[in-house]
Amino acid sequence: MTGLVGIRLSCRRSERVVFTRLDFSIESGGALLLSGPNGSGKSSLLRLIAGLIKPFTGHLEYEGTRLQDDPARHREIIAYLGHQDAVKSMLTVGESTRFWAGLYDHPSDAHAAMAAMGLSDLADTPGRFLSSGQRRRAALARVIAGGTPVWLLDEPTVGLDAKSIAALESALAAHRMRGGIVLAATHAPIALPGAAELNLAEFEPQGFLDDADAA
Amino acid sequence: MSAMLRLFAHDLKLQLRLGSDLIAPVAFFVLATLLVPLGVGPEPNLLTRLAPGMIWVTALLATLLALDRLFQRDFEDGTLDLLALAPLPLEAIVLAKVAAHWVTTGLPLLIAAPVLGLMLRLDHGSYVTLEVSLLLGTPVLSMVGAFGAAVTLGARRGGALLALLVLPLYVPILIFATSAIGAAGEGLSPRPHLLLLASFFVAGLVLVPFAAAAALRNALE
Repeated sequence: MTGLVGIRLSCRRSERVVFTRLDFSIESGGALLLSGPNGSGKSSLLRLIAGLIKPFTGHLEYEGTRLQDDPARHREIIAYLGHQDAVKSMLTVGESTRFWAGLYDHPSDAHAAMAAMGLSDLADTPGRFLSSGQRRRAALARVIAGGTPVWLLDEPTVGLDAKSIAALESALAAHRMRGGIVLAATHAPIALPGAAELNLAEFEPQGFLDDADAA
Repeated sequence: MSAMLRLFAHDLKLQLRLGSDLIAPVAFFVLATLLVPLGVGPEPNLLTRLAPGMIWVTALLATLLALDRLFQRDFEDGTLDLLALAPLPLEAIVLAKVAAHWVTTGLPLLIAAPVLGLMLRLDHGSYVTLEVSLLLGTPVLSMVGAFGAAVTLGARRGGALLALLVLPLYVPILIFATSAIGAAGEGLSPRPHLLLLASFFVAGLVLVPFAAAAALRNALE
C-alpha cells in the first residue's frame, strides 16, 4: 500500500476519548480535508499523525512502514503547521526559514520556499515586525522548505489575504504534483482538487471503548 | 551531528540577540557576591574563609535564574513542537540547547569568578581550582537544570517548583566544588574532589538528555 494509512485510530486526551475507530488512507499525491465541529478532534488527529500524541489504539503506516516502529522515518516525512507560527521575534524571516530548511538538510530550498509564499521582500525583516498574516506565511514557508512528503496543516489560512491563499493553493498543488500528501483541517474554503473529506463528527465515541478497540 | 550544530548556533544567536538574557545571570552573580563583604564586614580572614562557598552559592542561584528560558519560550511559541518533529532525536535537541545555555550562562560566570575571588580575598593558591571546579560544575548545573525545566514545563507556577526540584540536586555539586577550593587553599590536593565533579559531569551527559527528552515528550502530548 503506497501513501499514508491510518488504521483503527483512537485518541484519548486525559480522561476524554476524542475519536474512535478512525480509518483513512491517502495515496501519494492525494489530499484529505478534515471537517467537523469545534472540539471534534481535528487538531488532535493532526498532532497524532505528526507523532506528538501517541494513538490510544491503532497505528499509522507510510509506504508500508509502521511509523510507530520507526520514529526516525516518522520524523523525516512529516511537516506540521500548528495553531502557533513559531516565528521568533529576534530572527529575520530569511534566518528562520534557512534554519528550518537546514535542519531538514535542504538549506538551498529556503529561498524558493520564501518566494512561493511571497516573502522574498521580507527576508531581512525581523519576526517582531511581521503582521499575523505574514507570520502565518513565514510558518508555511517553513513547511515548504522542509521538503518532507507529508504536510499536516492545522487551519493554514488563518490571517491570510486572498492573494496569499492563492499562493498557498498553488504551493499545495505543486507539492501534490511531486507525489506529496496534504492533510488540512480548515473551516475556510480552500481549493484542494480531488481531495477526500473526513468528517470527524462520525467518529465520536459511542459509550465506552470496548476491549475490541484496545486489541 | 550537523543538525545538532545548526540548532546550537541558532540557539546561541537567539540568546545573544536578547542581550538582557545574557547579562542578567552574570550581573546577579557579581552583585550578590559583592553584597557579602558589605554584610559581614571587611575582615580579611573571614572573607577568605567565606569566599569559595559564597562564589559557588551565588553561581547556583545565577544559573537557576536563567533556567526557565531554556524550554519555556520555545514551548509557548510552538517551536518545541516543531523541534520534537524535526529529523534529529529529541535527546540531541536537549544536548544542543543545554550547550547553548551553558555558553550564555556558565561561561560568563567562569570569566567573572576570578575578579570576585580577588574582592573576597580568595587564597592565592585557589584560583586555578576555582576555575576548574566551575568549568566542571557549571555544565552539570545547566544539565540538571534542563531536566528540572523539562519536568516543570507547562506547570503553573513552574518557577517556584523548578527551584524546589533542582536546588536539592545541586547540593552534591556545591559540596564537592567548595571542598576542592578549600583543599587547594590549605595546600592539599583538590584532585579527588575535582574527579568526583568530573564524574557528575559524565553522568549528567549520559543521563540528562534521555530524562529531559522523556519529560518534554510528556509535556508536548
